[in-house]
Amino acid sequence: MSQLFDHTWSLMRFILRRDRVRLPIWILSFVFVSAGIVLVFDNLYGDDIERQAIAETMENPAMVAMVGPNYGGADYTTGAMTAHEMLVMTAAIVALMDILLVSRHTRGDEEEGRLELVRALPVGQLSSLTAVLLVLTAVNTLLAVLTGVSMAALQVESVDLHGSLLFGAALGATGLFFAALTAVFAQLTQNARATTGLSIAALLVFYMIRAIGDVMSEALSLTSPLGWILRAKPFVENLWWPVMLSVGLALALSILALYLNSIRDHDSGFLPTRAGRTQAPATLRGPFGLAWRLQRTGLIAWAVALFILGISYGSVLGEIERFFEGIDLFQQLIVEQEGFSLIELFIPVLSSVMAILASIPAIMVMLKVKTEEKNGRMEHVISRSISRWRLAFSYWLLAALTAATMLFLTGIGLGLAGNAVLAEDLPLGTYIGASFVYLPAVLIMIGLALVFIGFLPSFASVIWLYLGLSFFVVYLGELLQLPDWVEKLTPYGHIPGIPLDEVNSSVLALMIVIAVLLSIVGAYGFRRRDLKT
Amino acid sequence: MTVVKTQGLSKTFGDFKALDGVDIEVKEGEVFGFIGPNGAGKSTTLRVLLGILKASEGSAEIFGKDVWKDAVDIHKRVAYVPGDVNLWPNLTGGEVIDLFGRLRGGYDKARRDELISRFGLDPGKKCRTYSKGNRQKVALIAAFSADADLYIFDEPTSGLDPLMERVFSEYVQEAKTQGKSILLSSHILSEVEKLCDRVAIIRKGRIIETGTLKEMRHLTGSLMFIETDKPIPDLAELRGVHRVQAFDGGWSFQVDADELDAVVRHLSAFGIKRMESRPPTLEDLFIRHYEETETGAGGGV
Repeated sequence: MSQLFDHTWSLMRFILRRDRVRLPIWILSFVFVSAGIVLVFDNLYGDDIERQAIAETMENPAMVAMVGPNYGGADYTTGAMTAHEMLVMTAAIVALMDILLVSRHTRGDEEEGRLELVRALPVGQLSSLTAVLLVLTAVNTLLAVLTGVSMAALQVESVDLHGSLLFGAALGATGLFFAALTAVFAQLTQNARATTGLSIAALLVFYMIRAIGDVMSEALSLTSPLGWILRAKPFVENLWWPVMLSVGLALALSILALYLNSIRDHDSGFLPTRAGRTQAPATLRGPFGLAWRLQRTGLIAWAVALFILGISYGSVLGEIERFFEGIDLFQQLIVEQEGFSLIELFIPVLSSVMAILASIPAIMVMLKVKTEEKNGRMEHVISRSISRWRLAFSYWLLAALTAATMLFLTGIGLGLAGNAVLAEDLPLGTYIGASFVYLPAVLIMIGLALVFIGFLPSFASVIWLYLGLSFFVVYLGELLQLPDWVEKLTPYGHIPGIPLDEVNSSVLALMIVIAVLLSIVGAYGFRRRDLKT
Repeated sequence: MTVVKTQGLSKTFGDFKALDGVDIEVKEGEVFGFIGPNGAGKSTTLRVLLGILKASEGSAEIFGKDVWKDAVDIHKRVAYVPGDVNLWPNLTGGEVIDLFGRLRGGYDKARRDELISRFGLDPGKKCRTYSKGNRQKVALIAAFSADADLYIFDEPTSGLDPLMERVFSEYVQEAKTQGKSILLSSHILSEVEKLCDRVAIIRKGRIIETGTLKEMRHLTGSLMFIETDKPIPDLAELRGVHRVQAFDGGWSFQVDADELDAVVRHLSAFGIKRMESRPPTLEDLFIRHYEETETGAGGGV
């Protein structure tokens, strides 16, 4: 036995030492967010009537699909509200943490050759995997207990210790399940990327099974770890069997992972690796094709995510009017205007938020130039007959197309879902126009990113700060009663809100001109400086 | 005809002077070796020639065109392999080779396949799984399958095994026979010795020696070993004798070519029992240059 598990304890301490910053940050984030949400919900909604109003808006299928069935709907206390709106999302993120940690310490180390060094020492054959699983067990347990205790410590009436501990345990148990599942996948696949990819895919599939199941079939929901864990119903019925089920299955999966680990060779996996292309496809022929190819997967994921975001915002439009009656907050957010329905007042607000989110992938595409340069891959392209102007323009073009596509997808998602739930349809063009009108603002951000790349590449991340500031100003500007000029500091503040404001096309045209000028200046800077490696 | 020509080429990074007046000249159809230790400025020179870095002072031309302003035109006729080949982890080697060929224009598919089999590369694997040597092969295959007039290699064989080094040498020879020019930086001196017609030695951003190997050998003189009946008290003090070392019951040392005659006459008086001589290897030249310039003296003259 000692031949298999020798020095597991030392390896555990080594993992803790390597992740001495990472682990506390993860754990404390969950503790603070969970406890913080309880506090926010408790303060946001003054009384039972306001909460009950929210409970009713949560009854529509779209919300059920997103966060699960509303078990405490009949008596929507702060505890019931927290469990309903937060449990499945938080559990999914805990699962993501476990996936990343396990993948990093199993296949990641093996792929980088670090595990080989460890295995050459007098260390048991299964010690490494066992150590990872034990550390993750401790992490998830600690996360569960700390979350539970801190939520209960807030002394909010409906958030009792039993329910809080169950809420924490549901998070921890889900985490443990996915840690063990990732450990199994780490034996099957041959590199860390595939392990992480397969595990995240499993997480998404389980989430979707739960979403469909919660709307259509209870039995289907029970086949997903994210589905059954919701049946713990913390603060409502406080059932422990779902936690036991997750922990039990995690144990079984861990044993399976250890068994598979014991029968395979180092560096090998059980799934065959697919042979890649031996020749490049016709689309991979220039810097644009390369830029697209490198970011394809990420961009498709962003497109799907933003479309879903549009749909989820759209699906709550039907409940907007009810929202307004109950809550002061939203009345402050939206200035009522004559001649427009509440829905029409709400669309520009949603569009501005979605436009800022849609800017993220577009800016990422532009900043990819910097990553390519830093990783020493730019010289391959530059040293062939590709001018730097062409290279910068290729990435710029992809960024601009990304911006347009993403804005379009959020708008059409909002429109399709909105019209499905609204009694009176609005023209789809209104929704799409409201999103798409932000294109000049996003183009300015892309241009700014290019200016940074051209002149101050090491400060390019400042663009994210500016985007965050824009989000803050645009989203909360009204709420915090900020003066108008503050909003004008960001390009997003100059965009008319469709259908409320009159569209002044000369302002938009001027913004496009500014965006183009910024891009040209940025590309000029990129042309005249040294490449850095 | 001159293919590459730099004059007073300097490059500063902040306060650091990476290149300090580099003059090199590569003629058409020759293999030019560029040697020096790490950090001497080899890669910086090559990267200035490729328009990746902008020269601070001086001029650099390829095919008579400015390397910075006319970079794209020049690159149509140049194939380059960087010293540290970083590739895209999620593309396969085959895809990268094709991409490189298309980015440059004018590349030969049949030759690509021949090169892949000669270098023994598996083009279907993702670049993330490639070792340093395999990444280098990808870049070399892309370079040799291009129909270029000038090939620039930055330490091309540092990750290759001896068999692959030979394949590389063969392709260099082939390119040379076709009248192509090759600029090759290396610190593997035996490789430079075997392949190069002319050599430049760079040290701390300055060219300290340039010429054919024969010329350099002449300057350095021969390496001698001598065993005599009587001890030679003043051997180290003789004009043109350097690096005297006791060895195997006799003395080994280096003699300048123009002092050879005088030295041999002097030594014959001590009763020569054994005497051997060989031309200096590039390594000898290299080390001697470095020792000389390190001490700042003329080598014991």
